[in-house]
Amino acid sequence: MPNTLLPWLIFIPLLAGVLSWLSGRIHAQAPRWVALAGMVAVAVIVCSLWPAAPQTGWWSEFQAPWIPGWGISFHLALDGLSALMVLLAALLGVIAVLASWKEVQSGVGLFHLHLSLMLAGVIGVFLAVDLFLFFICWEIMLLPMYFLITLWGHEAQGGRGRFHAATKFFIYGQASGLLMLLAIVGLAFANFAATRVVTFDYEMLLQTQLNPVVGFVLMLGFFIAFAVKLPAVPFHGWLADAHMHAPTGASVDITGLLLKTSAYGILRFCLPLFPEASQQFAETAMIIGVASVIYGGVLAFGQTHLKRLVAYTSISHMGFILIGIYAFNAVALQGVVVMMVAGALSTAGLFVLCGQLYERLGTFDTREMGGLWTRLPTLPPIVLFFAAATLGLPGLGNFVGEFLVLMGAYKVAPVLTAISTLGMVLAAVFALALVHRTLYGPATSDAQLAAPVAREQLVLLVMMAGLLLIGLYPQPLLDASAGAITQIQQAVSTTTANAAHFGG
Amino acid sequence: MNLLYLTVLFPLLGYVILSWSRGRLSENLAAVVGVGSLFLSAFTTAFVGYHFLTAPPEAGVFTQTLWTWINVDGFAPRVSFHLDGLALTMLGVITGVGALIHLFASWYMRGEEGYSRFFSYMNLFVASMVVLVLADNLLLMYLGWEGVGLCSYLLIGFYYKEKANGAAAQKAFIVTRIGDVFMALGLFMLYRETGTLDIPVLLDKAPELFVAGSMTINLIALMLLGGAVGKSAQMPLQTWLADAMAGPTPVSALIHAATMVTAGVYLIARTHPLFLLAPGVLNLVGIIGAFTLLIAGFSALVQTDIKRILAYSTMSQIGYMFLALGVGAWQPAIFHLMTHAFFKALLFLSSGAVILACHHEQNIFKMGGLYKQIPLVYVCFLVGGAALVALPFVTVGFYSKDEILWETYASHHEWLLLCGWIGAFMTSLYTLRLIFVAFHGPAQIQAHGGHGIAYGLPLVVLLVLSTGVGALIHPPLQGVLPASVGQEGGDMKHWIEIWSEAVAIAGVILAVLLFSGERRMVKAVAANPAGRALSSLWYQAWGFDRLYDVVFTKPFLWLSNILASDLLDRLTYLIAGFAKAVNMVAAAAENGQVRSYAASIAIGALLTLLILIAL
Repeated sequence: MPNTLLPWLIFIPLLAGVLSWLSGRIHAQAPRWVALAGMVAVAVIVCSLWPAAPQTGWWSEFQAPWIPGWGISFHLALDGLSALMVLLAALLGVIAVLASWKEVQSGVGLFHLHLSLMLAGVIGVFLAVDLFLFFICWEIMLLPMYFLITLWGHEAQGGRGRFHAATKFFIYGQASGLLMLLAIVGLAFANFAATRVVTFDYEMLLQTQLNPVVGFVLMLGFFIAFAVKLPAVPFHGWLADAHMHAPTGASVDITGLLLKTSAYGILRFCLPLFPEASQQFAETAMIIGVASVIYGGVLAFGQTHLKRLVAYTSISHMGFILIGIYAFNAVALQGVVVMMVAGALSTAGLFVLCGQLYERLGTFDTREMGGLWTRLPTLPPIVLFFAAATLGLPGLGNFVGEFLVLMGAYKVAPVLTAISTLGMVLAAVFALALVHRTLYGPATSDAQLAAPVAREQLVLLVMMAGLLLIGLYPQPLLDASAGAITQIQQAVSTTTANAAHFGG
Repeated sequence: MNLLYLTVLFPLLGYVILSWSRGRLSENLAAVVGVGSLFLSAFTTAFVGYHFLTAPPEAGVFTQTLWTWINVDGFAPRVSFHLDGLALTMLGVITGVGALIHLFASWYMRGEEGYSRFFSYMNLFVASMVVLVLADNLLLMYLGWEGVGLCSYLLIGFYYKEKANGAAAQKAFIVTRIGDVFMALGLFMLYRETGTLDIPVLLDKAPELFVAGSMTINLIALMLLGGAVGKSAQMPLQTWLADAMAGPTPVSALIHAATMVTAGVYLIARTHPLFLLAPGVLNLVGIIGAFTLLIAGFSALVQTDIKRILAYSTMSQIGYMFLALGVGAWQPAIFHLMTHAFFKALLFLSSGAVILACHHEQNIFKMGGLYKQIPLVYVCFLVGGAALVALPFVTVGFYSKDEILWETYASHHEWLLLCGWIGAFMTSLYTLRLIFVAFHGPAQIQAHGGHGIAYGLPLVVLLVLSTGVGALIHPPLQGVLPASVGQEGGDMKHWIEIWSEAVAIAGVILAVLLFSGERRMVKAVAANPAGRALSSLWYQAWGFDRLYDVVFTKPFLWLSNILASDLLDRLTYLIAGFAKAVNMVAAAAENGQVRSYAASIAIGALLTLLILIAL
């Protein structure tokens, strides 16, 4: 296959972004179609690589010199894990565009420029195997999101305003980005000290022999940066505020993409680069995961703002992902992959529904909702569907992920896993709270609300089909990521052969 | 037998059609789809069952694999159905009784808002329940297990406008979910110890893999029991069932009497080799059953809502099944499950008929004298009630319940037998009370009986099955479930039966004295403060709701309330606050006054000097 294909995965959304910005002058709706085309093109390219994919190793690789003096190159590579993530990014990109169709009416071109830029950054994160390039892409994701929230965001009752939320998001991102930059430079320096070669290349840095203390500190730098974006308790403060004010399309991308880059980052960088340190840190990371599961679950129930409620549910989900990652066995890690994809779909679906409800009711406040079963055609069963997916109903995608994660984690850390199952009860509590606050009880008014149009239904149906498919036949997903996951798992467990396991 | 998958597919298709139609189908069409799918499923079951019984497959098990669900690192649960005598018994009950209840529901729900939504949930329920009993691995069983829970939730909250119904639905789902999580933990443990969740493999290997009575197997059995008590509304997770009566009455008949609530019994019977290795836990099963049947029996005695009486009675009868499991009477437990499905479905459907006849009145004290106005329903109640009381020879309940009591004796569980007898006595009391109060005495309400095949046929068929005729159906459990101690009978068997009947009939006689006519004695007891306190305690089902409210619900609400504004997030604002404070101090220093600048220069110089000297 042509090696030059990979850069296009980043350039196409960039190009589509600029074109859609320009095309806004030709026709008001043109930017939407251009942005859509870009995202579909990305999906098509990834899918075209699928049939010829090897069992292990990179599916495709691209390397071009960039700053040779510093050992920095434009080095991209794609394996099963990143392919899944890029495909997910393209899909959620499409959904974000469709979900904003009616909501965004001013600055349409600029909106889609930002959306596409962010997508380019996210895809870059999934493809970069040069740490410097990775860092650049990681930073690129932040800026467009800042503008998406400030320029197209909602003002919400009880919030501190969208500028506050966007600034908070940005500061969290920058501060954690700084940590990561320090850790990256530190790693390159340690490698230089050992080998006298300056490089930022992932595969070369994998060979670095680190002294345990340095390794642990560097690992922590990466981990905290990722934990902020995950977000794990106590670094989660930005998420609910950002969602509260973000437009629907941005919320879809925050939850579906931004959060997943961090889980991907831990899998791709934290574990293989610092296997010993990760081993030592595993128990702490799992405790953080358990704390997120429970804290997110309890808080989700207490929210009266619909989008904040959904935001906290995603914190709870990401806690399970953290638990699964640090269980270090194939079952749990595969579960993490399924959870990332299914969780992205289910949470994005809920945000899309929030947006559709807002377009009809003009509020996100659950106290002003209720009794929608008859007022609102078609949507109530769909709300129910996504709530069921969120609470981990078997037959839908989230269950497969959650179950594999917990089953794998139970093998190595039974006590912590048992505590985290409290999150399964909490999930039922908050998912039902969401359903009941919107659909049940007496209706606040008799007026019929507008039925969802074909576009709105299509968006939701695609995600529902995805969740159902993953729930009943997740094998394509598992097969695609198996090679990458095995490599990651082996990288960690070769050093674990003599390291004692914990909590067992 | 290859058609086995159709038993799931028909109701599933019914669900898909009805939910896609989004209420645009006419009531008649929706009924044809919703009820028809169930009858097709029942016919398939009959067909498959006939072949299974006449030409038994090798080792008495027929397996049909559809696809491999998940395959990770050697863990490969399949979507695969496992038909043996136990599964066939359950399948017959679910599709057979289910079809009758669906037919009745097509009459009962007529004119209600969301007619096709109702049938779509009912069909999905049956599909999930069939998956639950046919699953050949525990993960697939868990799918059915959660699926029935969801449908139960949806149907309890079917009348969504009442806030109370929504609350009841949530309560049912969350309480059973707690049990489900225990079950999930049990599965994690089983996987950790054995590396598989395939039921046949697990059960075959269990005796080699586990040391009998070891901590591990005890914990596993305990977790599975946690799942079972949640679904089957046994202590300590029994609180949801009475509130679940908020759903339409056919739902109560199908889900909260005949099928779903017996899933716990099925789970324990299905995994009996594990429980046999954990005798302590198995004993606990019996004790839980005995306790539940007692407390539910007392609660049933003082309820005024016709459906709540039946709900507590269901709880109590499932208690008998748990009791039977606990004493190793595996086959009688399942036999009682089947007979209970017949007569309790009959009672619930009849109570539905009563409720509609009385214009949605559910308080039995506002009925009275109904026997003349709706004689068919009265007969149904008499026969169903007699089966519940287990009157000798003519009722189906006699054959199953007395078998359980005999096995309890034969396995030397005298205390449990005593509980069983007290429970039987209470059963007679509350059943007769219900019949006397609602059907006899002065008429207080104008009742209008229903008519039509959809109304009459299910009642009559269930009525016949609730008489001794039903006992002619012998579930094919030989070889699937172990034989029990008293299976071959014994010297004492007749004595125990006579005693059991004496207890039941004594209850009947006392009930006649208490509840027929003026009910002076009851009123005297109710007027007495001690009697009032006791009946209030029983009415509130021994205060479990209040206890859980104080111990779990209130603290959770309190916690979520104080955390709602995200306390941890507030802490991060301290950093911002600190930065602002430093800014204030620094800004204050820059005040444009020469004297303060001079002072700061002097102090700075002095400090520098001091440091230099100190060095």
